[in-house]
Amino acid sequence: MVKALEKAGFNVVHMCNLIPVSMTVGANRIVPTISIPYPLGDPNTPKEEQWKLRYHRVGVALDAIATDVTEQTVFKVRI
Amino acid sequence: MKKVICYVNQFFGGIGGEDKADQEPYIVEGVVGPTMAINAALKDAEVTHTVVCGDNFMGSNTEEALSRIMGFLEDKEMDLFIAGPAFQAGRYGVACGNVCKAVKEKFGVPVLTSMYGENPGADMFKKDVIIFKGGTGAVKMRQDVKVLTNFANRLLAGEPNRGCAVEGYFERGCRHELFLEDIRENTAAYRGVQMLKKKMAGEPYQTELIIPEKDLVPIAAPVELKDAVIALVTTSGCVPVENPDRIQSASATRWGRYSIKDMDRLEAGVFKTIHAGYDPAAGNADPNVLVPLDAVRAYEKEGKFKRLHDYFYTTVGTGTTEAEATRMAEEMIPYLREDGVNAIILGST
Repeated sequence: MVKALEKAGFNVVHMCNLIPVSMTVGANRIVPTISIPYPLGDPNTPKEEQWKLRYHRVGVALDAIATDVTEQTVFKVRI
Repeated sequence: MKKVICYVNQFFGGIGGEDKADQEPYIVEGVVGPTMAINAALKDAEVTHTVVCGDNFMGSNTEEALSRIMGFLEDKEMDLFIAGPAFQAGRYGVACGNVCKAVKEKFGVPVLTSMYGENPGADMFKKDVIIFKGGTGAVKMRQDVKVLTNFANRLLAGEPNRGCAVEGYFERGCRHELFLEDIRENTAAYRGVQMLKKKMAGEPYQTELIIPEKDLVPIAAPVELKDAVIALVTTSGCVPVENPDRIQSASATRWGRYSIKDMDRLEAGVFKTIHAGYDPAAGNADPNVLVPLDAVRAYEKEGKFKRLHDYFYTTVGTGTTEAEATRMAEEMIPYLREDGVNAIILGST
C-alpha cells in the first residue's frame, strides 16, 4: 500500500514495528513503532507516558514528511 | 480437441516489417507464421485462430487495439491463449504482455507468452502473465516454441504446474499450494532442519521462501509542513465498532474510510480493531495506539502542519496479498486526491 500510494505521488511515512519488512517491501520514509498490538502506546505504562511516546513519534513522522531523503530512511526516535 | 488462439505482430504475421507496423488488428482462422509451429507441437489441441496486429498500432492505440481484439475473441471458444514468442523485440514484447493480460482478465483463460529477459515487456508483465524465458531472436524460435508448447500441453492435460524454476518462466512472485507424500522427509520440520544443517556447514541451500528482488518506487519530494494536507491510513483493522463495511479479519479484500471530522481522538467503544493477527486488547482499550489521531490533532492545533484530511482509511494487513493491498490503496487514491491530500502517515501492525 505504501508503494502504491507513493507511486501515485503522495509523500508516505510508514509507521511500523517490523522495520526489515518495511525495508524489503520498499517504504522510503520509515518511523519505528514499539510493537505490533500497540504500535504507539504500551498499555503497561501510565497514560501520560503513552501519550509522550505517541506525541514524540508522530512528531518524527511529520518531520519526516518535510525531510528530503535520497534512499530508504529509518528516522530516529528518542522515546 | 482443445482450442488455442494465438497472437503475433505484423512481422510474424507475414505482412511486413517496420513499414507495416501501423497495421490495425485483425483475426484469421487457423495458423499464420510461427503459430504453425505452435500448432504442430500441440497435443490434443489446435490453433483455431491467429490475431495479428502491428506493433506501432498496439503501442500508440493500446486501448483501442485491445478493445478490438477482445471484440474478435468474444464469440470464440478458447482454452488457452498464446502470444509471441517476442524474443528481444521490445514493442512486440510489451504488446504480447498487454494482450495476454487483457485476455486473462476478460476471459479468465490461461495465457502464455515468451520473450528475452531484457525485453521491457518481461519486467512489465511477469507478475501478471506466465512469460517463458526466450532467446534474443527468431533463430531461437524452434526452442522457445518447444518450451512454451511443452508447458501448454501439460497445462491443457490438467497436469500440475511445477513452478517457474522447473518450467522455465519468469518468477511471478506467487506461491502454489502443493500436497507432498505423507512421509517424514517431507515435513516442514525435517526440511527446515536439513536447510539449517547445510547453512551451519556453510553449504549451499535453497530457501523455500524466496523474497523477490526489491522493486522500489521513486522517493516522493519533501512536503513543507505548512502546505501539508495529511491523511491517516492504517492496516491495523481499526474500524467503527459495528464494522460497517464488513472488512475481513484476515486476508482482507475490503477497506473502509471513516470520518474523523471534529474528533480529537478515537474513543474506545466507538472504534475497535477486527484484526485477527494480534491481541486486540490494547487497541480496543485505546484505538489511538493504532491510529494516533489524538497526537496528530494536537500537532494540527499547534499549527505544525496545514490540516488533517477528514477521513481515515483502514483495512487489515494480515494474510493480505500484495496484489490486494495494491488494489485497495489504488482505490483510496481518488478520495485522497479530491481533498488535496499530499502526505500520508500509514500505520502498520
